[in-house]
Amino acid sequence: MAPTLLTGNVAAAWGARLARVDYVPAFPITPQTEIIETLGAWVDSGDMPGRMVTLESEHSMLTAAGAAAATGVRVFSATSSQGLLHAMEMIYTVAGWRAPFVLVNVSRGLASPITLEADHNDVLAARDSGFLQIHCADCQEVVDGVLLAYRLAEDPAVRLPVMVNLDGFYLSFTREPVNLPDPAEVAQFLQPFDPGAIRFAASAPESQAVAVLGGSPYSYFRYETHLAAQNAVSVYGDIAGEFRERFGRERGAVEAYQTEDAEVVFFMMGSFATKAREAVDRLREAGQRVGLLRPRLLRPYPADIIAGALEGVSGVAVIDQNLSVGQGGVLHTELSAALYGREGAPAVLTSFIGGLGGREISPEEFYQMAAVTRQAVETGVTPPPRLLYTETELREIRKLQSVALVERDETSPRGGAGKPPGEEDKQ
Amino acid sequence: MTEAIRLKAKDYKSGVKPIWCPGCGHFSVFNAITKAMAALGINKDDTVMVSGIGCSSRLPAYVDSYGFHGVHGRGLAIAQGLKVARPDLTVLAMGGDGDGFSIGGNHFIHACRRNVDMTYIAMDNEVYGMTKGQASPTTPMDWDHSKLTPHGPGVRPFKPAALALASGAPWIARAYSGNPNQMAKLIAEAIEFRGFSFLHVMSQCITFCPEQTDWKSIVHEREEPALSDADEAAKLFLHEDGFQTGLLYSEQRSTWPPDSAVQIEEGAVDQLAAAFRV
Ligand SMILES: Cc1ncc(C[n+]2csc(CCOP(=O)(O)OP(=O)(O)O)c2C)c(N)n1
Ligand code: SF4
Ligand SMILES: [Mg+2]
Repeated sequence: MAPTLLTGNVAAAWGARLARVDYVPAFPITPQTEIIETLGAWVDSGDMPGRMVTLESEHSMLTAAGAAAATGVRVFSATSSQGLLHAMEMIYTVAGWRAPFVLVNVSRGLASPITLEADHNDVLAARDSGFLQIHCADCQEVVDGVLLAYRLAEDPAVRLPVMVNLDGFYLSFTREPVNLPDPAEVAQFLQPFDPGAIRFAASAPESQAVAVLGGSPYSYFRYETHLAAQNAVSVYGDIAGEFRERFGRERGAVEAYQTEDAEVVFFMMGSFATKAREAVDRLREAGQRVGLLRPRLLRPYPADIIAGALEGVSGVAVIDQNLSVGQGGVLHTELSAALYGREGAPAVLTSFIGGLGGREISPEEFYQMAAVTRQAVETGVTPPPRLLYTETELREIRKLQSVALVERDETSPRGGAGKPPGEEDKQ
Repeated sequence: MTEAIRLKAKDYKSGVKPIWCPGCGHFSVFNAITKAMAALGINKDDTVMVSGIGCSSRLPAYVDSYGFHGVHGRGLAIAQGLKVARPDLTVLAMGGDGDGFSIGGNHFIHACRRNVDMTYIAMDNEVYGMTKGQASPTTPMDWDHSKLTPHGPGVRPFKPAALALASGAPWIARAYSGNPNQMAKLIAEAIEFRGFSFLHVMSQCITFCPEQTDWKSIVHEREEPALSDADEAAKLFLHEDGFQTGLLYSEQRSTWPPDSAVQIEEGAVDQLAAAFRV
């Protein structure tokens, strides 16, 4: 089939349609709304069987999704940012139910301050929950990712919900050529969901998740969930292999671009990694041995695969489009943990925080990060983590701050110094 | 504290240009709020506008007072916390039907029950305007303009006034964006009322519900005085058409927290600060 131009959102909806989902609980939030509106139109036109229900918040939406999945039907839902956070109680809860379904998250930075554009703090807030995570860099990966996610979620050795992440605006509202897989092929790849023991069967009543447990059984079940998630590394490998054979696209746990002979490698997730790919090409043209390593699968963390891909690399520039406040970049922390003590691991991991709230990362910044990392390799001195932020941006912010300060001084009777209430009367 | 010069409505506007569609009902809520503030001669520095998220919830940015733009559905929680901590302030919370009755519905009923001395203005356009037109809990069952619910939400809408009454709100009024003068008068009364005053404003969304321009011919002003008996009000709210404007119900009830609980002794805060200083 010839490629069609689709936004990331419509690609996500196509993923759900091709997966022949039974149930879609929904609640709108920018920039996810187009996904559920597209599905709503298809359900209405009869192009898509299944049922769509709008709920009064993401909390109820996730609850409905988990409950439906626990009856053994195929469930899809989508959210973003504040919506994911609002649902966080249920994110953990339904993962513990071991109810497999797929939740698309359209990444958007978190409040406060408020932004509509992408960074990964929303999806990373769910990283410890038991949901598995697939991260996409382009619209084709979104369709493919949803299909892979169902296979992974429903695998008997896994049985966990899976999140598929795409970046707000950069993918959600950007049209790219997408090859829609043939529905008959998809039906072969993704068979009807066999829920095994987790269905509601007539005349066999069974209570689910009703017990309050002490530490020992609690530990057992939490850890069992962890082991199931870890199984998902090799299960994912098999599924991605099958996907490659059937659809001709490489969807391994990591994307390794020009890493074989690389001295310096960019390590990052999401759509901005396509900018890194560009930068790698330019740097290679300039004779530098640079590559890109991008995890598609973040949960479970494919530590061995990542370490293998970085063997022999001297320096890694880790670019985090997130900020763990008081600690730094999440990817940097996790990569350090994965590589520590491994033979042949890169000696230098530099840390860059970039793209928060959708801020651009320019080609020059990629060149700079490569240079800084190379220098660290040569000198043996790793620079402290830094935020990608230009002098011009800083000057602009300072200007705005001084305007705000003047305004406050002029308009507030208490003065800009923020005197406590009551002080002004005492003078 | 009184201000030397009597301020006009326009003096209560921040000068930030509202991001609303031309013809949006929220403009008249904004105008009515500033008119009411001017009529009461309210001191800007003792007034706080608190909202959630939505087109309606942008309003605090446009008023020249203290303001707080919260998260979706949480305006009332923030506003109550503020009022309890600083009973000297005039606190107005505001937001949309989605913000107040969907994701924040829980806060709404508990705010009615708690009866903190503040005002809540629900700007009801029967739709999620900001996310481009989906059904809310006040959308008519057969409203078929949303792709999400092409045959209507098919669920009975809330009756916000009935809900407020059942939850214990002591002051309930309704206004219409097409009648800003009446609205301004009601907002002034709401602010002056001692207790949780709930103003339900029918505020049209011209973009996603253009049919709401018909409200003009449907709304009717209440001519009788407000009811002060909850039984009678219950009957009214269950059977009315939802388009009656004016003060509908008002009854004095003890507010929360009880007055004594919030008195902070002279110097108490300083003492506490000294005790915690390291
Ligand atoms: C937790 C969360 N979920 C969803 C959203 C997306 N969202 C923003 S505004 C809104 C509804 C707005 O409707 P309403 O409160 O009626 O205000 P209006 O825009 O109609 O004035 C929604 C669902 C959000 N901001 N936060
Ligand atoms: S979308 Fe509707 S509610 Fe929002 S500003 Fe426009 S008219 Fe007003
Ligand atoms: Mg609304």
